[in-house]
Amino acid sequence: MASTPPPKPAATRKLHPVPIRVMHWINAVAMLVMITSGWGIYDDYVIISGLHFSHTFRLGSWAAESLMWHFAGMWFLVLNGLAYLIYGVFTGRFRERLLPIRIGELVQTVKDTLHFHIAHEDLTHYNAVQKLLYIVVIVAGISQVVTGLAIWKPVQLSFLVPLFGGFQGARIVHFWGMVVIVGFLVVHVALAVLVPRTIWAMLAGGPRVGDRPRANKVTP
Amino acid sequence: MKSLFRPAQPTSPAVLDDHRPIIRSLQRRGLIRGGLSLGALTMLTGCDVSRPAAVEAALRGISTFNDWFQQQLFNPNKLAPTYPASMVLKPPRFNAYYDIMDVKPVDGDTWKLELAGLIDDKTPWKLPQFAALPQQDEVIRHICIEGWDYIGQWSGVPLRDFLRRIGADTRAKYVNFQSADDYPSSLDMATALHPQTILATSYAGEPLAAPFGFPMRLRTSTKLGFKNPKWITAIEVTNTYTPGYWEKAGFGWFSGI
Repeated sequence: MASTPPPKPAATRKLHPVPIRVMHWINAVAMLVMITSGWGIYDDYVIISGLHFSHTFRLGSWAAESLMWHFAGMWFLVLNGLAYLIYGVFTGRFRERLLPIRIGELVQTVKDTLHFHIAHEDLTHYNAVQKLLYIVVIVAGISQVVTGLAIWKPVQLSFLVPLFGGFQGARIVHFWGMVVIVGFLVVHVALAVLVPRTIWAMLAGGPRVGDRPRANKVTP
Repeated sequence: MKSLFRPAQPTSPAVLDDHRPIIRSLQRRGLIRGGLSLGALTMLTGCDVSRPAAVEAALRGISTFNDWFQQQLFNPNKLAPTYPASMVLKPPRFNAYYDIMDVKPVDGDTWKLELAGLIDDKTPWKLPQFAALPQQDEVIRHICIEGWDYIGQWSGVPLRDFLRRIGADTRAKYVNFQSADDYPSSLDMATALHPQTILATSYAGEPLAAPFGFPMRLRTSTKLGFKNPKWITAIEVTNTYTPGYWEKAGFGWFSGI
């Protein structure tokens, strides 16, 4: 007879909800546009003497075109990044996925990795190194926007310039921020290729996970 | 057989020298046209080796939006930081679309500034007339679109004082410049009226040297370096947009800092 349906299982959410997947891929394209167009702009006045980026990897055939790409890509990067930060804070995703980081766990993960015990069986759990790397790249992304604003508007937003020790200081921090992000990208893409399920998870959503334990207690 | 179009007298090489900037601009235009043809070709073959027209149009559209956005961000009362005279680079850094050896000095005695457009009194001005007006001195940072910068000390008549003196319509949208090195430039009126925008005639207390724009160049503290034309010969106040030398090549028009 009509019996009450069994209680819903706790696993109702996918690992990567739709907004995360959309924002991830918008960010991926925007980041690549910003990095490769930035290489086109860099070449006119290099920061490390002798370091040039090959035309093959530059977006834009010369500086004016690269600048046009950079100043178009920035809107996608900033608006999408802002949406991601707001989403991550207010849904509790950042706290759930990226915190806490315990020093002991960090050391153990590094040891395991050096012994080639790379555990990536459980996609729903980030190890301490992963957590730290994601936090570093988020901070680097924010730093790129702030240094970018200092370089773009050193008069209208002149208060930003002294934070980096002057106009050239802002350029140098902007350059090293790119290096950090490119470094992250190399590791991130390499690991994703080694464990292709992670790529599929970022497209289709991945395994179902339990409800956030403290989701309704999150305070901004 | 000798071509009918070949002149009886061979052309003097001096003619080539006199028209070098025009030739350069034609070559550049040819390059742009060539690029467009290549774009059209890729459309035909259906493969995107360079920028397809739709991407080109989108980038231009965002660039126009960015010009508008920067105008909204521009605060007409916000002064650029100034620096002690001890930080001034002497001589200033040379930069143009040609080499310093190709600079053609301008004769200050015969030089005059022509005026055109929405201006009540269009009588040309001579150099001593500017010297008789109140001068403004400013030590400001020059930032090039390429990424380099230096601190310079410029003095001359504030552009807004001059525009008011000649009865310019300051409600117009643009102040355009012509120069002796064929480097047209276009400035928005808000920037032209900014208190740190001057018609500079001296650098670090000395009259401008020939390579840096003698007798008169623009210095504005709120724009990238390429928006500061040197060897100015004419000023026009207008509501019609005319792209400057680098804007034609693809740099953004507003280029505020």
